[in-house]
Formats: sequence, structure tokens, C-alpha cells
Amino acid sequence: MSWDIVIGLEVHVELSTRSKIFCGCPTDFGAAPNTQCCPICIGMPGALPVLNEKVLEYAVKAGLALDCEIQRNNQFDRKHYFYPDLPKAYQNSQLYLPYCKDGHVDLTLSSGETKRIRIRGIHMEEDAGKLIHSPAGDCTYLDYNRGCVPLIEIVSQPDMCSAEEAVAYVSHIKSTLEYLEVSDCQMQEGSLRADVNLSVKPGGSEELGTRTEMKNLNSFRAIERAIAFEAERHIAILEDGGAVKQETRRWDDNKGQSFAMRSKENAQDYRYFPDPDLPPLVVEDAFIERLRANLPEFAAAKAARFVAECGLNPTDAATITADKTIAALFEDTAALAKSAKEVSAWMLGDMMYHMSDRGMDSGALQIKPAAFAAFVGAVTDGQINRTAGKKVFEYVFDGGDDVAGYIAEHGLLQISDDGAIGAAVDKVLAANEKAVAEYREGKTKAFGFLVGQVMKDLQGKGNPGQINAMLKEKLEEV
Amino acid sequence: MRIENITALELGQKMQSGEVAVADAVTSALDAIASQDGRLNAFITVCEREDLLARAAEVQAGIKNGTLTSPLAGVPIAIKDNICTKGLRTTAASKMLHNFTPPYSATAVERLEAAGMIVIGKLNMDEFAMGSSSETSYFGPVKNPWDLKRVPGGSSGGGAAAIAGGEICVALCSDTGGSIRQPASHCGVVGFKPTYGVVSRYGGIGYASSLDQIGPMARDVADIAALMDAMKGKDPLDSTSLDVAETRESYLAGLTGDIKGKRIGLPKECFGDGVDAGVKKRVLEAADILAAQGAVIAEISMPFLDYVIPAYYVIATAEASSNLARFDGVKYGYRAEGAASVESLYRKTRSEGFGAEVIKRILLGTFVLSSGYYDAYYNKALKVRGLIKQQFDALFEAYDAILCPNAPYTAPLVGEETDALQRYLSDIFTASVNLAGLPALSLPCGFDTKGMPVGAQIIGKPLADGAVLNLGYALQQVTDYHKQIPREGAAV
Repeated sequence: MSWDIVIGLEVHVELSTRSKIFCGCPTDFGAAPNTQCCPICIGMPGALPVLNEKVLEYAVKAGLALDCEIQRNNQFDRKHYFYPDLPKAYQNSQLYLPYCKDGHVDLTLSSGETKRIRIRGIHMEEDAGKLIHSPAGDCTYLDYNRGCVPLIEIVSQPDMCSAEEAVAYVSHIKSTLEYLEVSDCQMQEGSLRADVNLSVKPGGSEELGTRTEMKNLNSFRAIERAIAFEAERHIAILEDGGAVKQETRRWDDNKGQSFAMRSKENAQDYRYFPDPDLPPLVVEDAFIERLRANLPEFAAAKAARFVAECGLNPTDAATITADKTIAALFEDTAALAKSAKEVSAWMLGDMMYHMSDRGMDSGALQIKPAAFAAFVGAVTDGQINRTAGKKVFEYVFDGGDDVAGYIAEHGLLQISDDGAIGAAVDKVLAANEKAVAEYREGKTKAFGFLVGQVMKDLQGKGNPGQINAMLKEKLEEV
Repeated sequence: MRIENITALELGQKMQSGEVAVADAVTSALDAIASQDGRLNAFITVCEREDLLARAAEVQAGIKNGTLTSPLAGVPIAIKDNICTKGLRTTAASKMLHNFTPPYSATAVERLEAAGMIVIGKLNMDEFAMGSSSETSYFGPVKNPWDLKRVPGGSSGGGAAAIAGGEICVALCSDTGGSIRQPASHCGVVGFKPTYGVVSRYGGIGYASSLDQIGPMARDVADIAALMDAMKGKDPLDSTSLDVAETRESYLAGLTGDIKGKRIGLPKECFGDGVDAGVKKRVLEAADILAAQGAVIAEISMPFLDYVIPAYYVIATAEASSNLARFDGVKYGYRAEGAASVESLYRKTRSEGFGAEVIKRILLGTFVLSSGYYDAYYNKALKVRGLIKQQFDALFEAYDAILCPNAPYTAPLVGEETDALQRYLSDIFTASVNLAGLPALSLPCGFDTKGMPVGAQIIGKPLADGAVLNLGYALQQVTDYHKQIPREGAAV
């Protein structure tokens, strides 16, 4: 029997406004505990919230970029639950009248087909503080720096049916919000995290199965693994004739398993009601239109332009534009370089290799476009060959800006002098009679070996085209 | 100079002219509190004499060099203990906050202090402002200076008792369903609940945010207007505070006493069964006095009055259950000993830290917001509230103000109101005003046969705070009820 997996996601994104959602405290990550708090964000008696207008602006931009309908009239509701990281014992959120409804994103899947994922709505809310348990386990410390940091929660319809689609959906949202500059989307710092709602139903069935929810997944890998695990768990239960329990589960990324947290019967009653301290929020048309008019070029449009203007192939263009910083580096470098395709080739090859080798994300890149362009020039002009190029690129990758100086200092200039190459060829032919003989018997493999020997003799700096030509010529001569 | 029988404006004027030193005003208040508060219990905290004299010197210098020109500069004021005062313990009369000292002041307090007023101490009240007798305080009940066997009303009983008892001449209090007006009425002083949003709520410990208003209590209407002038207006820290032209005019300057042609409605429901004859009589006399000054009086009807108390208690307790959720023993205030888990810390702290009335209202409010009951109770109450507002709007198309009693009867004996429902119902004439966000003034209009003060309530349309005060001012120009002082043992 075949099974269909049905997935809906709730993506929580911290907005990167400088101050918090209801007070003037800074939102910087990593400050000493409780140094970014005031009576308002720690909910002291009598303190009142005032909405930070930048939060509304960032949130509306995100809504527009995800093709949502912005609600002219919306309001904040209080969501009640007791937990030490929530100082007021309620979270300001939006349930009854959220600011955004009915959006969508269009995903291009690896199969090449496009799929539309509908967004049910987006709402604004405040983040909670953090609990830090002492290593000895005997006490818990509270850090309210993150309390009241603005969040938006993007709620999808249950339109995804695989981990691939879920990951593509989250990537799309991450890329879009990065282009908007409304969030830094640092998943490891928790500024973008997803809750996965998953159910399984018999292949082709119309009726949805019982769903479970896994909270706070903070990497693509965790999303992928959690979906795979949970889908398998559901299927195993169903094939065994059992019934899936509706519950909230915790994904343990270290163990690679999900664990039950609380069942539907124990679900909390949040007792939502409109926050009387925050008047109904009216979003003016002019405000929305001003933001709409200033939306940036997003990944898909940029990729299409790179294909048209720079001659990149669509796959490469999509890879480069998925990340805003990388797209900007490409664009800045290509504007200065002799060959945009060469820029793209080095980025997708050596740059990606170094990034993954060192576990870096694009934010940590130090490449200077001018140096990168000079490097590409040195390659296309034949000043350095590809072997030397790898070394010079690493220098550029590390932030080096004197490409010519580096090439000269390390003696990496390509040898294109006929005399020097000819001498090396003669030397290699004399020293490798066996290989020469094999070549003449028709073993073309031997030719490669001889090229390698010549290059070695020239310390890797020989012009490969010239070496090939000269070697061939001399082999024919004799 | 004696604080017992002077108004804030008279006292302020004497300080501006140099006739009275600021330090003497402060000392006089401290002496009066020392002699009276043992029997009244109106104060929870009185500031240290040394600190007050240092502050007095500062204000004196300001008056002298001309930087403090407010008519209130140097006047001592007491603050209800649910309004935050920086560095000064603020308890809301609860064990839950018995040790809480806020690092900030309410905006209203800041503004009064900026005018040169001197905060002399914190006033007793019903715990978290939940009550109408000032008997639910963790710090013991407040007594009515007119008759110590009687309650002073509540929840701002401390403020009303302190003014009537001659300890101070003005107080800053809060009103959620009548908490300023009803005790003012029971103690024969003047109390004012401004239009919702005219005075910032920042720093007032929230009971029911959509109903709470901070407002003044005093001996006469002119003081009320002066205090309002000093603290009203938009506060960037309170999103519900209003930024409108009406709040930028001086209410004090608007007290002309000219009320010719003002149309005043007397709701027949407020003069029916269940309202004491003595109360009716005095309020109708007040109507006659206003008529004699040129006001036009007519009978009106407020048929919605029966729905006020149910709607009010659903909304107030719903918001209270939310606002008081933050008191959990984790961050400040009372924390129960011996809790074995976070949940037991919450349970023990909240069970031990709150008094019975507060717990009852939290439970009621939690119930009306819970899943399955929200629409039947909370949402329905909101609809009723909307209808009440509409009916008030309709009345104010034809009338400038409404005149009625503050409460159906004068101050009851301590322990007399044993039935909770009866107690809740006594808020009927005041709570409707909070539901509709209107301005309302309570002022003395005579005494009943027991010798206890009766209060008349003047209700105005939204933002007509100045007009309401002017009506009260006109009444006080030709009466002297507000100048009566209780004599110990005067009441039988």
C-alpha cells in the first residue's frame, strides 16, 4: 500500500529591527544576560506596550513579498500560558485579526516542475526569553534579552508532500526575507525556526490523517530528518493497524528521533482575547503602496536576469541567486570582470568548496569584488593557468586584494615562453623513452603522462596549450 | 498653616507668595498623618521625613528662582498604592507585592512631580483595586473619618479617607468601575474619572486595562481641574492615551461657573426602588440648584442599566485574569517557600500571595475567556458594552450631562455588606461610565439622616471633561457641602 505524506509548516522569523516590538531595548544577539531589558519587556506592573512602527513595516514587506493580502484592520491578541521565560504570562500575538492572509510561494523542484504552496496567513508576535539550566542541573537562570524581540509566524496550508518540498519552501522564505533585509534568518541562532505539522493518508485518499506537530526545528537538515522520521513512524503505526495520536512532539536532533511532549487532551487553553493595552491597528493604503513600490528584486527575477544578461545557465543562476550575499558578490564582480561566466564558474566551484570545507555561511565571506575580478582577468588573459589559479583564488577567498602582487611574489605567472617549454619537453622526452615508445605504438594514455611530466618540470606553471602543441610536434618529428 | 482645611490651590498660592514655606506644608501633612492615621489606616507607606524635607528644599528653590510656577508647586500629594512610584514601595495593597519597589514612576506621577508636587506617601486600598469598601487590603481595612464604624468605600478608600480625615488635601487614584467616585461620595470629597485616554495609564498597575483610568481626588473642583491640567495629555508610553485638542485646553481656566442652557438629564432608573430616600433627596436638590443657575433639567431613561453589572464584571475579571497572570513569584514580589517544581512555585505563590476577592475575580475571568465559554460570556459582554456606548451617544445628542447618585446608599457599616452580589450591584451607577469610557465627577451634595455624606455624579460625553468639571464648579459656588469637615464622633 502506498501512503501520501501531508505537511504544513509554521515558520517563525525574528525581524531584524534595531529595537524590540513594544519598547526601545536593542535586539542584538549575544549580549550579556538581562542587559537588554526594561520594565516593558520584562512585564513589570504598570508597564505598557507601544508598537514599534518599524516592526509593522518589516512585517508588511514580508507579507507583500509572499503575495499575501495585507489586512487594513488588525489587532494584537494575548495568548496566555505560564512559563518562566514569558514574563507577562501571556504573549502578544495575533489570532482573531492577523495582519496578513492568503499568500503563496511558487517552488521549482529538482524534477523541474513548479509547485504552488499556499500561505494561510502571517501574524506578528513577540519572542520569549531564554532559560539557561546550570550544568549541575540544580538551578535555572533566566535571560530576558530575547523577550519582546519581534517575530512573524508564517503559516502554510498543508500543501507539501515531501521533505524536499518542505526544505525548498523554507529556503524560498529564507531567501525572500534576506533579500528584503527584514531578517538575518540565522537558523543556528534561532532567528528562523520551523514547526512541522505532518500527517499520512492512504495514497490518493481525500481524507487527511491525524497530524502531529514537531516544534522548533532550526536547520534544514533537522527539517529533512524530522520529516523522514515522523513519516516513517506514522506509516509504521498505520500499517500495524494502529492509530496516530494527535500530539505535539519534540525533535531531538542528536538522537535523530521525535518524542511525545503533550497530547491533544492536555493541549493548553490559551484564552486568547484582544489586548486592551494595544488599540486596533489600522494599516493605511498609502503605507502599503509605498512599501510595495520599494520591494527589491528577488531571487527568481535576478536569476532570470543573470541568464539573460550574463549568459549563465539557469541552474547556475538559481544556485547563485538563492543567497542574497552571493548574488550580490556575483553581480559586483561580474560588473568589473572580463567574463561573467568565469566568475560564476569559480564561485560555484572553488568558492563553494572552501565555504563548505570551512563550514562558513555567506555572511562570513571576505572576497573583494575588485580582487576577484582581477583574478578572473589573470585567468582569462592566460597570466596564470588553472593549477596556479586555485592557489590564487584561495588568496582572494581569504580577502586578499593584491592579485598581481601575490602572483609575482609566489612566482605563479604562467610560462608561455617557447624556449623554456621546448627545453622542458626535450628533457622529458629524453628521460622517458618507454613512454615515448608506448605513444608511438598508439597508447594515447602515454601522452597524458608526458604532459604531466613537462608540467611538473615547469613547476606547474606551464601554459597547458603550448605544452600540448609542442609535445605533439616533437613526438611527430622524430 | 493647617493642612486639614485648605485646598491645594490655596496652599500652592501661599507658597508662591512666600507666606508658607514648602517645608512647613510637608511637615503639616506629616503631623496630620501621624495624628490621624492610627485610626484611619489610610496610608500603607509614608515617606521618610528627611527625604521629604530634601525634596521640599529642592521645590522651594525652584519656586524662588522662578522655574516652578505651577499653582500646585510644593503641595503634598498622596498616591494610591497601585500607581508606581520610583524608589517608593508600591504594593497594590497585596501580599503579592508587599516588597515591590518599582524602578520607574507612573507618567501621571512624573508629571505632577514635574509641576513641583511632593509625593508624601502611598494610600491604602482594596487589594489590586478589587472591591468597593477598602476592606480587602493586605494591610488592613481603611476607616471612614465620618464614622469609624463605617467603610470609606473603595477601592480608593485610602485617598478619600485621607482627604476627609484632614491628612492631605489631594490624592492621585484610579477608577475601574467607580473606585475614585464611590469612595469620594462615601467620604464627602470630590473625585474625578477622566475620559478614557485623557490621563496616561502608564505605571498604574493594570486591573482591567480597557476600564482603568487614573484620576484625581480633592476637596473641591478647582483642585481637580488644576491636577488634571498638570497630568493630562498624550503619553508616548501609553498607546491608548489620546492626542486631541480637547486635552490641550486648561480645565482650570475653563471653570467659569456659567452653566446657562446646559441640558442635564436625570435617569429615572437611578431614582427608583433600591436607592435610599436620603440619597435621592440630596441628588434631586443638587439638580434644583443647577436649575436655579440656568441649567435645563429633564427626566431621561437608561434602560440598559440592568445589563451594566453583568457586562462589567465579565470584562473586568477577564482582563484582570490576564493582567494579574504576571505575578508568579519568578521575577519580583512575593515568592512562596518550599516549591518543588515550577508549577508548584506558581500554585503556591499565587494561592498564598493573592487574597480571596482577587482569587475569585481571577477565576471568574479565567472562566469567561476559556475555550467554549468565550463567545457566551466575553464576546457577549463586549457586544453589550458596544450597545451601552451607543445608548450613551444617543443620550448625549440631546443632553450635555447626566446627573445621578454615585451609589444607591451612603457608606455601609464595616462588615455590613455580606452578600457579594449586592456589593457588585452597588457599582451600577458608576461602572456604566467606565464601560463607555466617559468622564464623570463625584461631588458632595449633602448628608443623609445618618449624617453620612451623599455624592452626586455628573457624567459627560467623551472628552467633555472640562464641561463636567464646570458643572460641578457651578454647584460648589453656591453650596458648602465640600467644606464640611467630619468631627470625631459626629456621626451617630
